Amino acid sequence: MADDAVLKRTGLYDLHIELGAKMVPFAGWEMPVQYPMGVLKEHLHCRAQAGLFDVSHMGQVILPASAGKALEELVPVDVTGLGEGRQRYAMFTNAEGGILDDLMVSNRGDHLFLVVNAACAEADIRHLEDYLEGVCVIRNRALLALQGPAAETVLARLMPAVAGMRFMDVQTHGWNGAELWISRSGYTGEDGYEISLPSDRAEEFARELLAMEEVAPIGLGARDSLRLEAGLCLYGHDIDTSTTPIEAGLNWAIQKRRRTEGGFHGAERILRELAEGPARLRMGLRPEGRAPMREGVEIYAEAEGGAPIGQVTSGGFGPSIEAPMAMAYLPTDLSEGTVVYGEVRGKRLPARIVPMPFHPHSYKR
Amino acid sequence: MKFTEEHEWLRVEGDLVVVGITDHASEQLGDVVFVELPELETQVAKGDEICVIESVKAASDILAPVDGEIVEVNEALADNPGLVNEDPLGAAWFFKMKVEDMSQLDDFMSEDEYKDFIG
Repeated sequence: MADDAVLKRTGLYDLHIELGAKMVPFAGWEMPVQYPMGVLKEHLHCRAQAGLFDVSHMGQVILPASAGKALEELVPVDVTGLGEGRQRYAMFTNAEGGILDDLMVSNRGDHLFLVVNAACAEADIRHLEDYLEGVCVIRNRALLALQGPAAETVLARLMPAVAGMRFMDVQTHGWNGAELWISRSGYTGEDGYEISLPSDRAEEFARELLAMEEVAPIGLGARDSLRLEAGLCLYGHDIDTSTTPIEAGLNWAIQKRRRTEGGFHGAERILRELAEGPARLRMGLRPEGRAPMREGVEIYAEAEGGAPIGQVTSGGFGPSIEAPMAMAYLPTDLSEGTVVYGEVRGKRLPARIVPMPFHPHSYKR
Repeated sequence: MKFTEEHEWLRVEGDLVVVGITDHASEQLGDVVFVELPELETQVAKGDEICVIESVKAASDILAPVDGEIVEVNEALADNPGLVNEDPLGAAWFFKMKVEDMSQLDDFMSEDEYKDFIG
């Protein structure tokens, strides 16, 4: 098909095909949505042992170490206070306090390293270039995520020093002559690592990991159910320009100094919502039956009548919790334990507001 | 066994028609996590959306393959939707219909024709 011609491929494309992956278009890339194991088993495997994800479609950007102050204008996060060898979750905000993208920022000593979403990468880069000097886009490095309780054991076989890293630590390690930029982080709720490495070495490295019995390749399908169980936001679904970080419940990502000093895009609204509370908040829902409530399902306060009070932004079945789960923006005055109703195929089905994550995190802090 | 273009299989048991989905359909759907069965003793017309299957990926409808009455549903699927992936042609039948005019099944595909159909 003509459309396929323009899809980009990662350095692991041939390996995905060899492993029997089902490839789908995703944010302009041809990516594995699942392998023969299937979404459910891939999800459970990652929670039980270790999963290897190709996330090379994500944007990798380097900024000069001196760009921290300028970057702080674009994100409500403390960048200048981020220690060397540490990483932090952040989001680009617009003047109205909406979220342009979410990202990871690392202080790698002589530079800052950013990882942004594939779908937003080009816009993010233009945005960065509008505000700061020395934006360097990395196009020759792959990005892999190794996630799960066995991730440390597995990666330490190749590089023993990674066992000593704590959650959100960032280090550089050599592997067979290649320079690996490793962070102890991920987006599954599990302990694990994200590894940036030269694209032309990615397949060799991935094969080495996949040869270990604990490791299975995991596609985007399970990546989504894993991050949803972990209560983590997916850009373009749970967060976007119509949601603020406070409505999204991301207050924890805004450090004290930024709250007092402000000086970032959208500070007026974000700081006001921090002080007064937002009118609506991203909440977790556990449908009481087995029917999933998917993105777009309208939420009502009552079993009959009334107008919708919110909408599901992400929803599906959680293989580890063995039950459906969803996120929705709902009026802040609704408390945990309240039963609301999601309209699925014309029927209002009960769902309880619950704290997130749905499945506990197991980060190595 | 007969097959429809909607990837259902039909098996005749006396004056009843047992309906399920093909292994090809179950593979395409991926892991099934929820099945909403039709209501018992309802008259359905060919093409009616009478059943919903939710997989990890999406929701899909099952259509009534012929006119008839739903006389039995497979409650085991409500408790164990994964059966649809494990044994789509056997234990994971969805419902049984009482069908007056069995000639409705004449135009459906044989197993070989269905194999050609899915390529």
